[in-house]
Amino acid sequence: MNQLQEYDMSQDAIISFHDVSKSFGDVKAINGANFEIQRGEFFALLGPSGCGKTTLLRMVAGFEIPDSGEISIDNQPMSGTPPNLRPVNMVFQNYAIFPHMDVRGNIAFGMRKSGLSKTELHRRIDETLELIKLQGYGKRRADELSGGQRQRVALARALIKQPKVLLLDEPLGALDKKLREQMQIELRQLQQQVGITFLFVTHDQEEALTLSDRIAVMTEGHVMEIASPAQLYENPSSRFVADFIGSMNFFPGEVTKSENGKLSISTDSMGEIDIPASNSEYADRSPVWVAIRPEKLKPVFTAPGDLSNVMQGVMGPSAYLGDRSHFYVHLSKREEPVLVALQNLERSIDQLRGPNQKVWLKWSTDALVVLPRD
Amino acid sequence: MKSNRPSWKPDGLLIYAAMYLTFIYLPVLFLPLFSFNSSTYITFPLKDFTLKWYDKMINSPDMHQALFNSIKVGMVVAILSTIFGLLAAKAVTRYRLKGRGPLVSFIMIPLVIPEIILAISLLILISQAEIPLSLWTVGFSHLLLCIPFSMLILISRMEGFDKSLEEAAMDLGENAWMTFWRVTFPIVLPGIVASLLLTFTISFDEFVLAFFLSSTDPTLPIYIWSSLRFPTKIPAILALGASIFVVSFFVVSFAEWLRRRGVKLEPTSGI
Repeated sequence: MNQLQEYDMSQDAIISFHDVSKSFGDVKAINGANFEIQRGEFFALLGPSGCGKTTLLRMVAGFEIPDSGEISIDNQPMSGTPPNLRPVNMVFQNYAIFPHMDVRGNIAFGMRKSGLSKTELHRRIDETLELIKLQGYGKRRADELSGGQRQRVALARALIKQPKVLLLDEPLGALDKKLREQMQIELRQLQQQVGITFLFVTHDQEEALTLSDRIAVMTEGHVMEIASPAQLYENPSSRFVADFIGSMNFFPGEVTKSENGKLSISTDSMGEIDIPASNSEYADRSPVWVAIRPEKLKPVFTAPGDLSNVMQGVMGPSAYLGDRSHFYVHLSKREEPVLVALQNLERSIDQLRGPNQKVWLKWSTDALVVLPRD
Repeated sequence: MKSNRPSWKPDGLLIYAAMYLTFIYLPVLFLPLFSFNSSTYITFPLKDFTLKWYDKMINSPDMHQALFNSIKVGMVVAILSTIFGLLAAKAVTRYRLKGRGPLVSFIMIPLVIPEIILAISLLILISQAEIPLSLWTVGFSHLLLCIPFSMLILISRMEGFDKSLEEAAMDLGENAWMTFWRVTFPIVLPGIVASLLLTFTISFDEFVLAFFLSSTDPTLPIYIWSSLRFPTKIPAILALGASIFVVSFFVVSFAEWLRRRGVKLEPTSGI
């Protein structure tokens, strides 16, 4: 799987950002972005709205000019290069299909200077229509297309240019859920088929996890962390990333001992825990968060014999989500309830429906994540 | 519209609407009516049917000259004000302009200045600069009057279509100029046609500015006004009026057809 591939930075960067900053008036949209995107990657810029991800994408396309720093595409510095001369193409958020042209006209739009003969161009358009599964739609006008079809046309129009990088701005945002899930798979396949680097912007963490080889999590103009989806989910490096990707329960704690690759942490609700830590960056007495994902807490409804790695609480409100259920557990020493997710492997979920029931939550030490707390 | 209402019921509103249309179109219909009446005097009862006024109209070089002057000025004004309006609309809608609001209102002011004031101030300016009065000075004043109309029409058209269409064209390899020709122009075309028609019409029948700023070479409204002193000339003017009315009817129908075609090209807003 792609997600497990190791990336050697600096090896084969197709896009590199060097200290790129950009402000709009008093608002700093991008604050010193410094990273590289590898050739052939499916790379996501993920963050809440207003985090600067779209600005970063538009700077690659050339629609925004960095205040400082340099963006290179395939080792060519792009300062001073207008959008029409950059070796990248973009799929716009609303697809921007030209309304006064049919599908073929839209796809051929960027090929005016390609130097291809008419027959060759038509052959290429046919190929591209086939690639995006819109054979027979060539004569349709923009207003005769559905949202999903418009997106395919936008993809085709960009891909026929054979860009070095395809930029996608919230590519699935305008589609309904079912279509979105289908397009996710198709986008992924398409990317592997054409072998072009895809750089896409999204605020939807699920979409980023599904599609990407690597994700850059952004907030307030800063890139917080760049890692593979699994790494981000299982081993986030900050509370922001842990909280933004999926759900996470955080318990405040304090390091009591840090030695021999082992951290001893004292928490109020989880008691004393020992965690094997590869990097002993935490000094004694430093404040930390001990974090655990909701699905990694295992609820039991009768008192377990072994009370290590167990919290006892009382059932709070629950929500049935079909494939899984979410419920809150109130702990005695903690105001904020703990979120627990449970796969609904069996059809009967009645046992979850009783509030005020006693519940014990078990965890394994492997599932714990230790994060710095200021 | 409620469909369960009785389809026809004489109520106040209907009578009001009927009277409104009557008051607009009845006087206009006198034009063709009297243009076919053989009497020189425009009174009832009508006398015989005649085409002689049309014959007179066709054989009146003065009138032709005035009509030609108006068409010439109108066309130049329509084209120039539409070009300026388009450039201004592009600047206002596509760039982050400092002081955009005040600037636009400043340009729109001629819309609300009484023409007579504009005419007097221009006359003073032009005579101070010792520029001889001519069709050029009339055209210049009409341009001043028409640009705000062009801007209003084209700004709304430019705001109505998605900026990312132009970005997409640039992204696909076109420079600013080709982006304009391949994307912006075809999409704003209905607005351009509307602007051309409206500004031509404004210039064509503008009287006050033309009266102050023209010399011996009159535009049509000035010619008609000066002919009113000669009753024998009036029926031929009615014939001309009727002809212009028919031509306008076809021009407006054509423009409306174009506009409706434009609506079909309207970018659907997507999300």
